[in-house]
Amino acid sequence: MNIDILAFGIAKDLIGKRLTQMTLEQPVTIADLKKELIGLFPDFQKLSSFSIAVNEEYQNDDYFLQPNDEVAIIPPVSGG
Amino acid sequence: MIQILLTEDQLSPSQCESFIADDAAGGHVIFIGTVRNNTSKKTVLYLDFEAYGSMAEKEMKKIAEQAASKFNVFHIVIHHRIGKLKIGEIPVIIGVSSAHRKAAFEACEYCIDTLKESVPIWKKEFFEDGEVWVAAHP
Repeated sequence: MNIDILAFGIAKDLIGKRLTQMTLEQPVTIADLKKELIGLFPDFQKLSSFSIAVNEEYQNDDYFLQPNDEVAIIPPVSGG
Repeated sequence: MIQILLTEDQLSPSQCESFIADDAAGGHVIFIGTVRNNTSKKTVLYLDFEAYGSMAEKEMKKIAEQAASKFNVFHIVIHHRIGKLKIGEIPVIIGVSSAHRKAAFEACEYCIDTLKESVPIWKKEFFEDGEVWVAAHP
């Protein structure tokens, strides 16, 4: 399935754009997506951490992505 | 009551204080975050804040709701600014009113500490010789 992925902060810089599309074989978990991202953009491994939000909620690595989910890469936050 | 705001406009401490005013309140605690001119002894020129806006607003609301259920407070306001901010400008204001001061201090600290941990907002520091996303790397 194709999923649209939003990237913010340093994740946007690493990927080179805010919105990117990836093709992944279902079933696909967040852990799979993270592995795929690190494969494509090895600098993700250098980050302190990064989380994935689905439909504007943080989700764990064992969450299964569905078509039409809004997926976002959340690098370490630094608001305030 | 709870008020959340994410905006590119200047934040207003007096507007936040008006929102939390309550005749039954014994005090207001207001935290005003400001842009510091240095980090690790390096001169900072300015900051640029970016947000995953819709999720950031949801997360800020969750934090205020959690604080309201944990502490005995009347009103909570959380305002956060995004975009380019100069030294001394205000990126964040948190205001809490309560009958007795301890609850307002605790709720305010809870809100700013949790905001810094979980709200999807990022700041980039700009120096004379470069720029860096804060907290991105160990």
